[in-house]
Amino acid sequence: MNAVGASLMRAERAPLPRRRTTRAGAWNADRLYRIVLRALATTVFAIVALMVFEMVQGAAPTLRMFGARFLATTDWDPVFDKFGALPYLYGTLVSSGLALLLALPPALWAAIYLAELARPRLGATLAFVIELLASIPSIVYGIWGVFVLAPWLRTAIEPWLIAHLGFLPLFQGFPFGLGMLNAGIVLAIMITPTIVSLSREILLSTPGALREAALALGATRAEAIAVTVGAARPGIVGAVILALGRALGETMAVTMVIGNTNHISASLLAPGATMASVIANEFTEASDHLHLSALFEIALLLFALTLVVNGLARLLVLWTLGGRRDVARAT
Amino acid sequence: MLAPSRLRPLVLLAALTAFAAPAAAQSLTGAGATFPYPIYSKWFDVYKQKTGVEINYQSIGSGAGIQQVKAGTVDFGASDAALSNDRLKEMPRKVVHFPTVAGALAMAYNLPGFSGPLNLTPEIIIGIYFGRITTWNDKLIAAANPGKTMPAAPILAVHRSDGSGTTNIFTTYCSAVSGEWKELVGTNTAVSWPSGVGGKGNEGVSGVVRQTPGAIGYVELAYAKQNQLATARVKNRAGKFVEPSLASTTAAVEAASAQLTKDPRIPIVNGAGEGTYPIAGLTFLLVYQDQKDPAKARALADFIGWAIHDGQELAASLDYARLPDAVVKINEATLKSLTANGKPLLAAR
Repeated sequence: MNAVGASLMRAERAPLPRRRTTRAGAWNADRLYRIVLRALATTVFAIVALMVFEMVQGAAPTLRMFGARFLATTDWDPVFDKFGALPYLYGTLVSSGLALLLALPPALWAAIYLAELARPRLGATLAFVIELLASIPSIVYGIWGVFVLAPWLRTAIEPWLIAHLGFLPLFQGFPFGLGMLNAGIVLAIMITPTIVSLSREILLSTPGALREAALALGATRAEAIAVTVGAARPGIVGAVILALGRALGETMAVTMVIGNTNHISASLLAPGATMASVIANEFTEASDHLHLSALFEIALLLFALTLVVNGLARLLVLWTLGGRRDVARAT
Repeated sequence: MLAPSRLRPLVLLAALTAFAAPAAAQSLTGAGATFPYPIYSKWFDVYKQKTGVEINYQSIGSGAGIQQVKAGTVDFGASDAALSNDRLKEMPRKVVHFPTVAGALAMAYNLPGFSGPLNLTPEIIIGIYFGRITTWNDKLIAAANPGKTMPAAPILAVHRSDGSGTTNIFTTYCSAVSGEWKELVGTNTAVSWPSGVGGKGNEGVSGVVRQTPGAIGYVELAYAKQNQLATARVKNRAGKFVEPSLASTTAAVEAASAQLTKDPRIPIVNGAGEGTYPIAGLTFLLVYQDQKDPAKARALADFIGWAIHDGQELAASLDYARLPDAVVKINEATLKSLTANGKPLLAAR
């Protein structure tokens, strides 16, 4: 069933056949059109290449001086010129991972409800409101994190976590309200609209025949939905990756709520820092040569991290498409 | 660009006489520190109305300002931290420092149920920022605040997360009062903090302090005054607990004036004298001693001369501490040392 849905979706995405025309003028216009569009597409690639080149050049002094140690050490000391990116790498991954963990289940259920269960008009209205949420500037989320979420975490949530789950290293320390937990929650709220609205679109675009076939075979409503979700899985994974990309690169809101220290702590209540936040914090006053270079290398690292995440996502999509399993079954 | 209508005749005149005298209506550019930006923009405004000289200033941060001076893209730079000897050597030509105004850092705190003022000693500040003093009823804090009951709340030490001249002044103070701090953490616009949380900008630090019972952080005095934050009294070298104020800041500059005469870059933290507030610093204009364009150089020197005399009257209204006379004299001497293509600038007039 899964593979059927996937192949149907693939068929929809097949490229347009090349147009053969007899008139020479039309052919020239087509060619010109293609050349212009190709140039535009190449420009995008050139900009990315240029950015990488500039970042590598800017990061050259620390690349030469620290090498791979840059990734593995925790010092970040502009006074004594010792730089290691591990706390920021850790902070970025943990805050984004936490955000995904918190956002994914409710966002997915919300998308399923909007696409499958809600009456079409209600679904469209709610989806519109959720899309509006996605366009709120991140500083607004940051202010909410500082003035609303932090006091609530400090007075209610964190003391409860410490009292009841304090035996776990995850929930030890003082309840100050700012830190990794706050950043994770703010990020989760920021990426939820992205996941909901994209997943809903994808679910709506799955062929109705799938659902009808499942129901005709005697599946319950929930089973029929499971079939649709299975067919839409590659697209949903894509939506999640897009959301994760936003979380990884989010700067302003995270800087405001994460507490900004370069210490790695097992506790989610402790302050931390992310790669984007340290660049935002220190770039303007980094007059020292090596300090500036270290920030460039962090930028390069962030870029590489998003590339890796995107690459993994592609693999995941390929895998969930189930092509290999089909091959395995056929032989 | 359109000039305001009342300046138009002046501009016209300038254009007509441009062939005879090259420097009728000059414009200067500068870049750097954000801390003195409010007073600088006020100065530039008032000075333009008085003389027609237009000064464009970008408050892009001290570090970036220093870079611009080095690249020679601006007529002057501005920095909250004086250039170290190494940094001076990196410059293509000799750069001189003009202290313009002084500022102090207030230790803002949030202690519900405590009626101030809070007294702090250097040992307490260092202990809190090292993460060794963790609760408000620590015996060192109790000893500095006799007759007061200190709450048992945990302490949250708040620092600036962004690179900042404010952090430079604070860490200069910490290094001056603690050899251990100097050795382990040091002095810079951004350091590796042993503990605590960081807030972005004065508003970020004060935001965390206001929000979090038990928090303490350093913010610019002007910012603390304008936002009516509770601020601590800090024990100075003479053993007195002193409130941060414009007067106690100027006193700190005054106390250091003998050393400043030798080198205006000497930090003024932890100064002698009963009335001095110990966590204070100067902010500087950075200018090449030998200027390339005599007309621009003269306009720049005239402006600096005005700023260190008449301009000082405007400082208090924006919560900056004015320079004491001794430091104004130092600036006058530095002004006299400016040259244009090797010729003394002021004597040439």
